[in-house]
Amino acid sequence: MTPAHWAAITLMLAAVAGSFVYLALDVGQVFSAEAAAQMWAYVVRFFPPDFSPDYLSQAWRGTLETIAISAIGTLLAAVCGMLLAVPASGRFGLAARVAARFVLNFLRSIPELVWAALMVFAVGLGPFAGTLALALHTTGVIGRLFAETLENAPPEPALALQLAGAPPAGAFLYGTLPNVITQFVAYTLYRWEINIRMAAVLGVVGAGGLGQMLYVSLSLFQQPRAMTIIIAMLVLVAIVDAASAGLRRGMEG
Amino acid sequence: MRRDAALPTRDPAALPRIALTTLILLLLWPGFRLTEFDPGVLFDPRNRETMGRFLGTFFPLVLSGEFLRLVIKSTFETLAIATAGMTLALIIAAPLSLIVTRSLSISRIGPGPGLWPGRLLRIPARFALMLFRSVPEIVWALLFVRAVGLGPAAGVLAIGITYGGMLGKVYAEIFESGDTRPTIALLESGGGHIGAFMYGMLPVALPELVSYTVYRWECAIRASVIMGFVGAGGLGMQMELSMRMLSGGEVSTMLLVFLLLVVLADGISAGLRRVIG
Repeated sequence: MTPAHWAAITLMLAAVAGSFVYLALDVGQVFSAEAAAQMWAYVVRFFPPDFSPDYLSQAWRGTLETIAISAIGTLLAAVCGMLLAVPASGRFGLAARVAARFVLNFLRSIPELVWAALMVFAVGLGPFAGTLALALHTTGVIGRLFAETLENAPPEPALALQLAGAPPAGAFLYGTLPNVITQFVAYTLYRWEINIRMAAVLGVVGAGGLGQMLYVSLSLFQQPRAMTIIIAMLVLVAIVDAASAGLRRGMEG
Repeated sequence: MRRDAALPTRDPAALPRIALTTLILLLLWPGFRLTEFDPGVLFDPRNRETMGRFLGTFFPLVLSGEFLRLVIKSTFETLAIATAGMTLALIIAAPLSLIVTRSLSISRIGPGPGLWPGRLLRIPARFALMLFRSVPEIVWALLFVRAVGLGPAAGVLAIGITYGGMLGKVYAEIFESGDTRPTIALLESGGGHIGAFMYGMLPVALPELVSYTVYRWECAIRASVIMGFVGAGGLGMQMELSMRMLSGGEVSTMLLVFLLLVVLADGISAGLRRVIG
């Protein structure tokens, strides 16, 4: 234990104590028997979940909508990301590189949920807002990854084509792209997996999918329906996890 | 430039590529319908006017003294929610991770009365950890806002539960992945659970535990901003209010503060990990 350790520990303890004081959280109140009884009464209202065929079919539609939001959002992001990655990898000079990188960093640093809240204003409530929100954030992430892949791609094939008289676009399409396309597809699928999870919850700000159904049912005090939606979210994520793990194992083996 | 007329001048692989792209687009076609995909909405004149006015208000940033005081207050609130939430997460994760760590089980060594109770205790602990971390934090926040009301308490509880589940699982993994022989030796020579943990397991695992916890604290700051959008206090809640009032300048000021906060948390977390790790 050096003085630096002690300083860090004191600092952390002070931060923890300060936080509880600042928020004026009454810890005793939160863990009191009364609060526990209230919490229990609240939890009980969620059971049993609403498994009526009518609501199940609505939940199924919400699940499909969630998958569609994530798929279309990721597709848009892959296309826009590729378009921005070319200047961001420095193929059109330094100014274009800096500008494209700035756009990508900006898109990436604003969380999906904030984009979703903004898009709800731009295009109204519904899945289209969620699709655009995912597309904007993912463009930033994918564009940066694509740009790095392009920078690390071997320059010789494209150079050889250009020296043999091919136009720059042709040299790029037939010299560079074949070397990086598998990497692009891998990144896109990886982001799709993340985006399915994200699309399930984006709806809480009104951007469609299961999240919006959850928000609506909680606002209408229909807790059994909310429970159905939470179960649908968990099942969707579990299936995606299993599929992704299975695919990975299949490709390795 | 063509040297050999017999070579095809067209790309021989073009057809399969076009076919594959068309197939993918066809498969995704129902998706465009389901997402009500309509870029026209963006260019709808009425819509464009409202959005244009809203976007126009994003600059200049609102930097009035009164608003800045509010922003600073919500920023502190966000930091406090993340820190208090992490404390709750630690309180949840520490006992659960010890319960699910198999190397700490005495009854595993030989037949004893604790074998079945031990196993039975581990199953609900595992299940609780899984449940806590599988439900997304924003859903927990939404549920707690309904249970304890709008404000930071819901955010603290949501972070505590979700991150408690994550920390518990990762702690148990860290305990198991280290060298477990000292612990098992201590248990086999008659040491108790606590002693074996403190002297056999903790010294090896501590740097990794601290570094992961600090990293999660950093994530908790981002999460607490986002959870504010459903009413769980802090900067996110202010941002949502400003969006509702269509005052873009306030939104862009707070987005800037959010980005600075993320950079700052990254710096603090890196510094802490260097000191302790």
